[in-house]
Amino acid sequence: MTSWQVIVRARRGELDLDVTFEGDEQPIALVGPNGSGKTSVLRAIAGVLDLRDARITVGDTVLEDTSAGVRVPIEERRIGYVPQGFGLFPHLTVLENVEFGLSTGENPLQSEERSRRALQMLSELNCASLSERSVKHLSGGEKQRIALARSLVLEPAFLLLDEPLAALDATLRRTLRQFLAERLRLFQGPSITVTHDVRDVAALGAQIVALENGRIVQQGPLSLIQQSPATEFLAEFVGAD
Amino acid sequence: MKGGSWRQSSLTGIGVLFSVTLAGLLLLPFFALAISTPASDLLEGATHPLFASALLLSLRTTLTSLSITVVLGTPLAWWLASSSSKTARVIEVLVGLPIVIPPAVVGVALLQTFGREGLLGPALGSVGIALPFTEISVVLAQIVVSAPFFVKAGASAFREVRPDMLIVARTLGASPPVAFFRVALPIALPGLLVGASLAWARALGEFGATLLFAGNMPGRTQTMPLAIFYALESDVRLAIVFSLVLAAVGMLLLVALRFFPALRNFMRGGNA
Repeated sequence: MTSWQVIVRARRGELDLDVTFEGDEQPIALVGPNGSGKTSVLRAIAGVLDLRDARITVGDTVLEDTSAGVRVPIEERRIGYVPQGFGLFPHLTVLENVEFGLSTGENPLQSEERSRRALQMLSELNCASLSERSVKHLSGGEKQRIALARSLVLEPAFLLLDEPLAALDATLRRTLRQFLAERLRLFQGPSITVTHDVRDVAALGAQIVALENGRIVQQGPLSLIQQSPATEFLAEFVGAD
Repeated sequence: MKGGSWRQSSLTGIGVLFSVTLAGLLLLPFFALAISTPASDLLEGATHPLFASALLLSLRTTLTSLSITVVLGTPLAWWLASSSSKTARVIEVLVGLPIVIPPAVVGVALLQTFGREGLLGPALGSVGIALPFTEISVVLAQIVVSAPFFVKAGASAFREVRPDMLIVARTLGASPPVAFFRVALPIALPGLLVGASLAWARALGEFGATLLFAGNMPGRTQTMPLAIFYALESDVRLAIVFSLVLAAVGMLLLVALRFFPALRNFMRGGNA
């Protein structure tokens, strides 16, 4: 069981971010109104933000500890990050996108081994047939799978998904929600998924961490939030169906 | 309603008339240029001693100025695109100055900078360097007038690269330089190539700043546009031949730019 801890204090424009939370391999659903700091939390964990005061650990690894002057560079954190809109590289094919992370760093894999692993990951996600396509012409659902494949192929220590289902239409969202839940179960590592949809929380079997104005206002299982939502936003969030 | 539709069609007619007039005004001179020379004159012009030396000088200096512009301009364009600071916005506006300032003024300004009496002249002179009226001054003038086109186009090309893509590249193990060269640069490449083409065309056509800062010395600082100016005084046909060559180069560039995305896809295997 990998446990992790995130303590982050940072100033982001108008937002004063101050959060402390921890977990294990059970998925976390990060919820909150727009501008509450959800994406900033993901970026802080990924190592993108300059943090005033932070301690981020995953298992035995300290990714960031401002008091000890520790700051592991982004590329060495083993974070799988799928941003809103998926962030696929438009100049590369599907296969090249998935291979990208296998070709970087100190010991890049040989080209055949890269293709083999990337193709295997693509077939696990049922999109091997897309491998030679340009990512520009994929549907939203396909893009989501490719972005997920690109992260998972590196066996990340921590998976961060920023609204992975937001760009999809309602029918596709239902299918891909099940797909995502299944993949996260297979992944067996810690993950944080930002979402605006309570059905995602239920499908992922996630613990909720609720943010408002850069602070955590409530956390716990969905049932707890449903029983006694701490804020108006949360009441609406769990009530909306 | 009838009156309205009459007004509308007469407005359309005026619009068409205006458009045709301007398009004709833009194209007619080139048509006149193209039909004004018999083939025999073309050959004679192309074998004239001034022609080869001016052409070679133009190619040599513009390729040098373009290389310098691309090497120095790419990081500047990247910084302008990725920085949200006020300084970057001010610099971005100022970098465009040579586009709106007349080339002759740029020539005077260059003399005031690198001339014997200029800002840097004495310092350069003390180490035995005199830039004005040399090939280096031709290149300098070309850089100043053409680089803004590259930097402007480059900055907007780099703005196409979403910050998220670079973050993802980093999480996939890419160091900042690797993320730049393997993600940002390829995504911005089409825009950078357009900028480089515009800059090259501008440098190739550079006249005013070169004339003032570098002079018009055959074989040394006489580029194609200056050779046209020079030839016009002695032999109009020669000037026309030189002009045709420059016009043809411009035409080729325009066609290449128009078909560039298709060309790129073709070269990538045509599946995109």
